[in-house]
Amino acid sequence: MKTAVVLLAIVASLALQTTLSGILAGGAIAVNLVLVAVVYLALSYGAVTGLLAGMIGGLAQDALAGGIVGIGGMTKTLIGFFVGVLGSQFNLSTTVPRLVMFVAATVVHQVVFEGLHAMIGGQPFVMQLSATLIQALANGLIGIVAFFVVEQGPGTLQRRRMQRSSLSKRRF
Amino acid sequence: MLDIRKRTGWIFFSAMLAQILLVSAQVQTKTGVRALNAVTFEVFSRVEYGTASFVKGGQGFWGNYIGLRGVKAENDALRRRVAELEVQLQQEHALAARSQRLQALMDLKSQATVPMLAAEVIAGNPDPVMRTITIDRGSADGVQPDMAVIAPGGVVGRIIGPVAQHAARVQLLIDRNAAAGALTDRTRAGGMVVGAEANPPLRMELVSNLADVKPGDLVVASGVDGIYPKGYSIGRVEHAERGSGLYLTLQVRPGVDFSSLEEVLVVLTPARPATPDEAIK
Repeated sequence: MKTAVVLLAIVASLALQTTLSGILAGGAIAVNLVLVAVVYLALSYGAVTGLLAGMIGGLAQDALAGGIVGIGGMTKTLIGFFVGVLGSQFNLSTTVPRLVMFVAATVVHQVVFEGLHAMIGGQPFVMQLSATLIQALANGLIGIVAFFVVEQGPGTLQRRRMQRSSLSKRRF
Repeated sequence: MLDIRKRTGWIFFSAMLAQILLVSAQVQTKTGVRALNAVTFEVFSRVEYGTASFVKGGQGFWGNYIGLRGVKAENDALRRRVAELEVQLQQEHALAARSQRLQALMDLKSQATVPMLAAEVIAGNPDPVMRTITIDRGSADGVQPDMAVIAPGGVVGRIIGPVAQHAARVQLLIDRNAAAGALTDRTRAGGMVVGAEANPPLRMELVSNLADVKPGDLVVASGVDGIYPKGYSIGRVEHAERGSGLYLTLQVRPGVDFSSLEEVLVVLTPARPATPDEAIK
């Protein structure tokens, strides 16, 4: 079940990323839905799931992007692992810590990703801080929404159904 | 409950290592070599260096310490071999010397006008006072008492009885009871050579004071005794001086080294008494 959820999340995030990238990109401003999925899975299922999800998602992203396959995979594996470890060590079940975690994970991901590119590709290290922060906030918001939807969605629907059923009993 | 420090850590490092290898396989170094190859070569070169160092160290340890046991055994074997070779070399030298002696003996035998029989010395003096040797020829070979025994250096002595079937005893000329008719080769001064307990071990007697004898003159057998063939060398005059009486006092150094006699020739001509003419001469 968990494996299916992980694969579904990765595939879905990739599909959304590739589909919506043209709309959301707008130059440097772009969300990284795969990274969001990895952080989400790491926070939800732990370090092992996080690192495996990061490896799969990152490699898939690298393969689709046409660059050096492995850099994104290593970066997201790193992110998934440490987010999973931190999630098991601290209480990250509320919104703000989760938001901080998404933002921090995005910043670290960008730093590591650009650093690896610079190191392996022999290019200078270039990182646009404002764009990174905006992306981090966007990822954080999407992640928070994702958590809210997953956690609150089924419960809200159930409560609504229960409320409807109780009201109908009172009336009738 | 997951044990993050074990299972998760291993999985993490495995995933990272796999991807590092994946990236390395795609990236080239500045020299144009793929990073994976370069890293692999670098890593394996260190491994090979370590392995080579280990093997070399092992070889050194083996060669310098463990192998010393073999070296010691080899050293002992070589020492034994050297000793054997030294003995063999001495035997070869002895054989060569013997060959030379035998060659000289054969030369002497071929030059001789009388029949001779080669014999080997098989024993020395049985009594320190007596100067005798034993040879490996006896009556079965035709050896009889009073036959002369000579060597390439000169007269050795005579056969004394009894003669065994395959052995005979020889009285050396240096024995104090031995005597031989002799004369000087240069002036033909006659006399008699006898053994003496002195140095030199021969003395020539009955040589007239009027005779011209000098140190260095060759003394040969005169043949008047009927034992020793005429003309065979006995030795050289080493010291000559006028005696108090009618005769010279002559000391003769024998031509034969009696201390190293190994092969001799037995003159198979039976001894005969000297004729009056020979005695007069």
